[in-house]
Amino acid sequence: MGSITLKQVTKNFDDVNVIKPLDLEIKDGEFIVFVGPSGCGKSTLLRMIAGLEDTTSGNIEIDGQDATHTPPAKRGLAMVFQSYALYPHMSVRNNIAFPLKRAKVSPAEIESKIANAAKILNLTDYLDRKPGQLSGGQRQRVAIGRAIVRQPSAFLFDEPLSNLDASLRVNMRLEISELHKSLATTMIYVTHDQVEAMTMADRIAVFNGGIIEQVGTPLELYQHPVNKFVAGFIGSPKMNFIEVPNTETNETTSLGVRPEHFIISQDAGTWAGKVGVIEHLGSESFLHVTLTNGTTVTVKADGDCPLEYGDSVFLTAQKNKVHTFDTNGNTIKVNN
Amino acid sequence: MSIKNNTRSTLIYTIAAWTVSSMIFFPILWTLITSFKTESEAISATPTLFAFEWTLVNYLDVLSRSPYFTHFWNSVVISLGSSLVGLLIAVPAAWSMAFVQSKKTKNLLMWMLSTKMLPPVGVLIPIYLLFRDFGLLDTKLGLVIVMTLINLPIMVWMLYTYFREIPGEILEASRMDGATIGEEIFHVLLPIALPGIASTLLLNVILSWNEAFWTLILTAANASPLTAFIASYSSPEGLFYAKLSAASAMAIVPILILGWFSQKQLVRGLSFGAVK
Amino acid sequence: MATTNSRTLARFMLLPSVTLLLAWMIVPLCMTLYFSFIDYNLLVPGDKEFVGFLNYEFFLTDPAFFESFFNTLYLVTGVLLITICGGIGLAILLDQAIWGRNYVRIMVLAPFFVMPTVSALVWKNMLMNPVNGLFAHFAIWLGFEPIDFFAQMPLFSIIIIVSWQWLPFAALILLTAIQSLDREQLEAADLDGAGPFSKFFYIVLPHLSRAVTAVILIETIFLLSIFAEILVTTSGGPGYSSTNITYLIYTQSLLQFDVGGGSAGGIVAVIIANIVAIFLMRLIGKNLEG
Repeated sequence: MGSITLKQVTKNFDDVNVIKPLDLEIKDGEFIVFVGPSGCGKSTLLRMIAGLEDTTSGNIEIDGQDATHTPPAKRGLAMVFQSYALYPHMSVRNNIAFPLKRAKVSPAEIESKIANAAKILNLTDYLDRKPGQLSGGQRQRVAIGRAIVRQPSAFLFDEPLSNLDASLRVNMRLEISELHKSLATTMIYVTHDQVEAMTMADRIAVFNGGIIEQVGTPLELYQHPVNKFVAGFIGSPKMNFIEVPNTETNETTSLGVRPEHFIISQDAGTWAGKVGVIEHLGSESFLHVTLTNGTTVTVKADGDCPLEYGDSVFLTAQKNKVHTFDTNGNTIKVNN
Repeated sequence: MSIKNNTRSTLIYTIAAWTVSSMIFFPILWTLITSFKTESEAISATPTLFAFEWTLVNYLDVLSRSPYFTHFWNSVVISLGSSLVGLLIAVPAAWSMAFVQSKKTKNLLMWMLSTKMLPPVGVLIPIYLLFRDFGLLDTKLGLVIVMTLINLPIMVWMLYTYFREIPGEILEASRMDGATIGEEIFHVLLPIALPGIASTLLLNVILSWNEAFWTLILTAANASPLTAFIASYSSPEGLFYAKLSAASAMAIVPILILGWFSQKQLVRGLSFGAVK
Repeated sequence: MATTNSRTLARFMLLPSVTLLLAWMIVPLCMTLYFSFIDYNLLVPGDKEFVGFLNYEFFLTDPAFFESFFNTLYLVTGVLLITICGGIGLAILLDQAIWGRNYVRIMVLAPFFVMPTVSALVWKNMLMNPVNGLFAHFAIWLGFEPIDFFAQMPLFSIIIIVSWQWLPFAALILLTAIQSLDREQLEAADLDGAGPFSKFFYIVLPHLSRAVTAVILIETIFLLSIFAEILVTTSGGPGYSSTNITYLIYTQSLLQFDVGGGSAGGIVAVIIANIVAIFLMRLIGKNLEG
């Protein structure tokens, strides 16, 4: 079991308020991702759930039990740190055995659990090495191994892939997702990378400035962002925002169009512009188009797009794919 | 500065470096050599570097005429004892400052360093009188206490700089893994920090071994370490160069060897982490 | 890492160090302060009368105080000057590609491990002695009159000895600092057409400022309290010509048993050290933080 409920949780560092009153329900077996720019409070919240930081006010419940003041060791959670936090003086075997020894598990059982974890994580050949002799990906797997042997009620991941290089990151992403499917244990995963969030999460919580802007499935966030921040944060390349004067209210509203939702024409369209740099990725191309009002937008086009630097183009948004935001950045209506 | 690897400049620099370093090392070398000479040879107007009759008589003389081993043992007890006691007090303090930082940590460190600026003569009389009244004069215990206190700030500083390099996440991981605070310190922190702790210990042994204010003032016959033992050669025995050399050699060689082993860590420790 | 639990624990674990250091500072210092206002001589039994600032008056108007004050100043600045200039030179030399660098380094470092009493006695007797010392032999061989170091230039002789002890420390710290200099900076300077001198003054020296600060701070702490070197060589003489403040107070309190006078001197020494400390802390605050 691993349901976690946050009720009106806040956090102050000295006089600075880093988490504003916040409610969140994490269901048992769910993979939830906390995503947001650095300093948004997502890591702090994770550490509060872990018990590594005090909760200033509010309650944290784990499996219906109030755990707000329970020390980290007693919460039954396991954490994988950004720096892996392996014990450098212990072999891989002893790293994985460490939590079991603390829990006074019998040596025979420890042995079998280590063997099992090593098999799942492809670490069998490395059990007697020290962390310093392993590659980044292997260290990451040891950290995960140390977490899974405890059979925690939930896993906490604090930006676990940010120290890996790009190709390894894609592999580990898959491995962690695979692990979640096979263990079916609750996972809370903190990242600043929205691609990780989109690809791995059952649900995503988008953090900004100490509050949760929106919680939902990846597609909900992509299709129905509640405000400009979520709209801009989810999706890659980022959503384009075009300011237009609203004749009725005399205020400017912002139109949001994702790069993949433009129709390009050389004859006519809603917005006229000039093509700037073109990034050819093979399967697709990204055009940087400067509109007549000065805004530069990114447009996704086919891989064999014939346009060149300096060409004039017209852009039109696909039907029902325009997001409209008011001056406060809130979504006005969704044209779906 | 330039990294041109041509042999000629290497040769010139090598000669220069060896000349300068030999000059710096010469007094020690000369002491070691003289300790194997006879007294008349030691003051000879035409000094020789190697071509003389080597003899161990000076060492035997020094050993038979004065309780060298008592002084040596005093030095060992005082320097090692104060370093170990200091470590016991300094490790928890350094742990606190390195891993539970607050706004006051920097000021606290600065304050500790500033106690090192207090000139010993400022407290000379009270310490002397207190020691007299508590019967600590000329005891090893008394010197262990003083040495521990005067080196404590340096120990805390050194350990602090070493601990700072250990990622806090490792300690947090152990906490998540169910380790108690004791297990955290003994199973995780101390093994990782062992090199830093060892060099802190080593440096403090060296500093206490060579301390020559309190050891000279607070000891007489019983507890005097090698610094005081050598000081007794200041006159008129000092004019017996060969014996002076032998006694000096026996006082400095142990620490010289220890120091050469720890030279790298020494730089870091003594510069309070200002230089890595 | 910052829960209420760990904060409480941290305070608890800081307690022994802080209490001990505080006690070590406050208790004897208060006693010194108290003694400095009374007439108290260990050789003269009787009541310890309150005498106000009389002890200070005696201490501060004693010509010996001025002489030893300036001696302390000369000693500290002299040694700092020699060790830092020599240290920079040595550091640059040892930074070059040379054969047997490890042996060179071990030889340069060695004096630092020699206890003050040994180095003072070795220099005094075996090197600087006007009759049998090596320098005297050398001077005669060259046809000069041997110098009687401790009679003719006692303070300078002590400065030489102390500098010899501290040169290795300065050199090693500066060498480590030089080695941490980014080689690309120098290569960029080469491309910009900088000569060896401009490279030294515009790149190497500024890079060393932090290390030099550290050396000044640490050496000053120890140099203000030079004692053993004076005790075993000149005993402060001839006259007061090689007495520093530390040694002066030592003779007053433990040789003349004048507790009151010695305590007043001790307080003066603390004040002087504080002035130096404030100055140094400013310097460090600027250089170590950045």
